[in-house]
Amino acid sequence: MAEKKWPETWQEVNPGCIVFRPGSSRDYHTGTWRAERPIWDNSKCIKCGICYLFCPEGCISEDEEGYFAADLNYCKGCGICAHECWPGAIKMVGEE
Amino acid sequence: MSKRIGMEIALAAAEAAALCRPDVIAAYPITPNTHVPEHLSEIVAEGRLDAEFITVESEHSAMSACAGASGAGARAFTATSSQGLLYMAEILAIISSMRLPVVMIIGNRALSGPLSIWNDHSDIMSQRDIGWISLFAANGQETVDMTIQAFKIAEHPDVMLPTNVNLDGFQLTHVVEPMLMPDQEEVDRFLPPFKPFAALNPDDPVTLGALGLPDIYTEACKSREEVLLNSKKVILEVWKEWEEQFGRKYEPIEPYEAEDAEVLMLTMGSMGETAEMAIDELRKEGMKAGLLKLKLWRPFPFEELKEAVKGAKVLVVTDRCLSYGGAGGPVALEVRSALYEEKKRPVILNYIIGLGGRDVMVDHFMEMIRTAAKADAERPEKAYEIYGVRE
Ligand code: SF4
Ligand code: SF4
Repeated sequence: MAEKKWPETWQEVNPGCIVFRPGSSRDYHTGTWRAERPIWDNSKCIKCGICYLFCPEGCISEDEEGYFAADLNYCKGCGICAHECWPGAIKMVGEE
Repeated sequence: MSKRIGMEIALAAAEAAALCRPDVIAAYPITPNTHVPEHLSEIVAEGRLDAEFITVESEHSAMSACAGASGAGARAFTATSSQGLLYMAEILAIISSMRLPVVMIIGNRALSGPLSIWNDHSDIMSQRDIGWISLFAANGQETVDMTIQAFKIAEHPDVMLPTNVNLDGFQLTHVVEPMLMPDQEEVDRFLPPFKPFAALNPDDPVTLGALGLPDIYTEACKSREEVLLNSKKVILEVWKEWEEQFGRKYEPIEPYEAEDAEVLMLTMGSMGETAEMAIDELRKEGMKAGLLKLKLWRPFPFEELKEAVKGAKVLVVTDRCLSYGGAGGPVALEVRSALYEEKKRPVILNYIIGLGGRDVMVDHFMEMIRTAAKADAERPEKAYEIYGVRE
């Protein structure tokens, strides 16, 4: 049986809700909260890294060419990256 | 071997806490508990106790330091009163939810305002529902004993809950009493070293105090409730062990002349000793009066209460706190709820007494019990009365 990601019944709750597996928050995909997703237009991007720095989720990473993109498993769609990108390279687009 | 000493109770509480070998003590002074941490700081400074004494800048920090220390696997202790307890409030609930067995002495004091440094129970009652174990001492000996017991109860693997020991400010904290003080060897025999369930350690990382989304918060609450209710079993075991080793008996509700009593009074804290004298007087007059002294406030001893009041016609519950805009005092609220479903239960009267240090004398207790005795025939009009309030 696959290990449960989190307890289901109260009896399964660890004392003090202690989590023994490091990095378990990665199992929680905050991407399901998203109503809009950020779309990058690399032709406008100046590779300043501001979006990367401001993303509260830490889900933006740099690719080999120095452009940026979000991991949509975790991107909550807050729009901060689009707001902070002053060359206007990021647009928030509604999820279908 | 235990030694008979005459000492101020706050200092004795500090001596008892030191015998439990706390690793970390973090406290901020506030009347009337101040002598507890002050004396502990002297004990550490004299080299009698190898502990980290953290002189924090506030009670919020004191409790936060205790949380961190306990989370790192240290035995942590603090003490406070009144506004200091309120200033800790944010961390109090976090500590119990994280199952950190911190022990705290509360020198009970009224809440401001008007500004009062004197005793009642409104401080702890404002923090009633935070998931701590709460014990109430009636005298110096109980303060010493309960301080040591508190560590064993709190750290028991089936409990792991913070525990507070309540003693009335001034009426206990500043009174010199003869007490039996256990020695180090006796306490070491009673209290094993603290073995934390999990501790913060970079080599073996764990998460303490994680986020609980709506899909797990309810289960976390239920688990806290169950462990607190079940802690009563451990508390009774620890008290039994204490009795076997030290010969002093502890029970959730201590009866005094209660067996055949038709009128029972219930007290919590130091006023029990004054009430005992009132019972003696009334017994001389031929009245079947008795007393119940509540020592275990959380978890509340429902079964023991039902058993204790079985034969009584009238139960007079005293409270040292008023639940403003509610149905009286918190102890009476609890007692009424506990007995509501019982087919046969006594008439319950509630007197709010001793607010902000107001003296309650033997005569006063006698008058309350005499008035209550009549309530058997004529039920009281009001759910509670603030005793002796000038009108
Ligand atoms: S903030 Fe805009 S310009 Fe800067 S790296 Fe990100 S996308 Fe490119
Ligand atoms: S929308 Fe918010 S969460 Fe998503 S990548 Fe941009 S800043 Fe990060």
